[in-house]
Amino acid sequence: MPEKTPLYERHVKAGARTVDFGGWDMPLHYGSQIDEHQVVRESAGIFDVSHMTIVDVIGAGAKEYLQKLLANDVAKLDVSGKGLYSCMLNESGGVIDDLIVYWCGAGNYRVVINAATRVQDLDWMTAVAGTCTSTVEVRERADLMMLAIQGPKATAFAAPLLPAVLRQAAVDQAPFNSVSDGEWFVARTGYTGEDGWEIILDTDAGCRLWDDALAAGIRPCGLGARDTLRLEAGLALYGQDMDQQVSPLVSALGWTVAWEPVERAFIGRAALEQQREQGPETKLVGLILEDRGIMRHGQRVFAGSGDGMVTSGGFSPTMQRSIALARIPTDAVGTCQVQIRKDKRNARIVRPPFVRHGRILVDS
Amino acid sequence: MSEVPGNLKYSEEHEWVRLEDDGSVVIGITDHAQEALGELVYVEQPDEGADLAKGDACIVIESVKAASDVYAPISGKLVATNEALADEPELVNQGPYEDGWLVRIDPKDPAELDELMDADAYGQFIAESAG
Repeated sequence: MPEKTPLYERHVKAGARTVDFGGWDMPLHYGSQIDEHQVVRESAGIFDVSHMTIVDVIGAGAKEYLQKLLANDVAKLDVSGKGLYSCMLNESGGVIDDLIVYWCGAGNYRVVINAATRVQDLDWMTAVAGTCTSTVEVRERADLMMLAIQGPKATAFAAPLLPAVLRQAAVDQAPFNSVSDGEWFVARTGYTGEDGWEIILDTDAGCRLWDDALAAGIRPCGLGARDTLRLEAGLALYGQDMDQQVSPLVSALGWTVAWEPVERAFIGRAALEQQREQGPETKLVGLILEDRGIMRHGQRVFAGSGDGMVTSGGFSPTMQRSIALARIPTDAVGTCQVQIRKDKRNARIVRPPFVRHGRILVDS
Repeated sequence: MSEVPGNLKYSEEHEWVRLEDDGSVVIGITDHAQEALGELVYVEQPDEGADLAKGDACIVIESVKAASDVYAPISGKLVATNEALADEPELVNQGPYEDGWLVRIDPKDPAELDELMDADAYGQFIAESAG
């Protein structure tokens, strides 16, 4: 039996068609995936993302532990509440998961990881904690839920629904920061390319916030719209655009690897340094289909000196054509061809994102 | 509950078939099928004049989720496609039995129509497949 979030009954009542995602029965859409996509680009939508795994990392050794565990460096978190996007690597430099880590004060971090990778992540995090000399505890917070309120009007619509004590701070905070009070945790992050908040809170408060948000005119949105929004925003999806077999350097995530200071021996560093020295053979790029059709995950791409693969593809509601992320040979530039059923179709290679803050950023 | 008009024939692949006065048949996907597929974003127009055997893929439709083949529920020559779908694939979602029709076939053997389900049988078929 797939797991259900505390909002499951509300989703069904709101007309959700649900889908199994990472072992969770989650809303795919509530009638129209395309309308939900548009509402997030133009106004405000709310996503139940309670399937995601929240882990608190606590103890005197927490910082040292995360500096070993993560390819990005938590030393960059110099202000309490600040967040950092990072990959967690295996010894070969392959991506075990991508995550956001927040600093919540001395010896106290919060990490948000993917649902589909929960078991392998927790096993890995616990095993690495066992190798640390100072105290660190890896504590899953299955008691909490998570909502994403996204769109240009998201914070304006949702601000009155927050506890008064952190309302103004939540509105004023810069992207990738968070404020908290008790179990309320409000971060200015998201997976849509729009402004908004990801809010972690206990189940009672979460169900109330969901009801209040809908009453305030924020529209419920499913994972279908979440996927097309993140694809337009050029944001990688774990398991599709990267996995344990590939490194951040070939996944357009080189910017998340903190090479300095050189003494920081994070897991996977040696493998990444070797790959950097040799020069990666592939890269992750954006594609815009010039011919008719829809690009899909797994399709073969003919580009540069060899071939590659569409890692994420679909129809962009904002651009009204097919876009994709693809892993192709490093030397490929300009145009390429994508095998769609029996035909090779022309596509243009671009640098993502395709769309941010409601605007198309590539020549379409 | 999805709509199942009484005057049509249905296949187990969730296509409907309507016999026209001129002896040709019009084919589309059912309301149940369009709802399961999700919003259509692309219809790959096939070549007119193709000779199709029953069960051949005759047109590809793509939704927000995936690409799907639609199989000819009857043998014959493909004589027309719904050109409006090139710019408005959403017509299939909005009116699967009307403006969202897919192709028109000149049947080779009209007796094949009798092998398809009527509305009652199809209604029961989707109720059973829903478990």
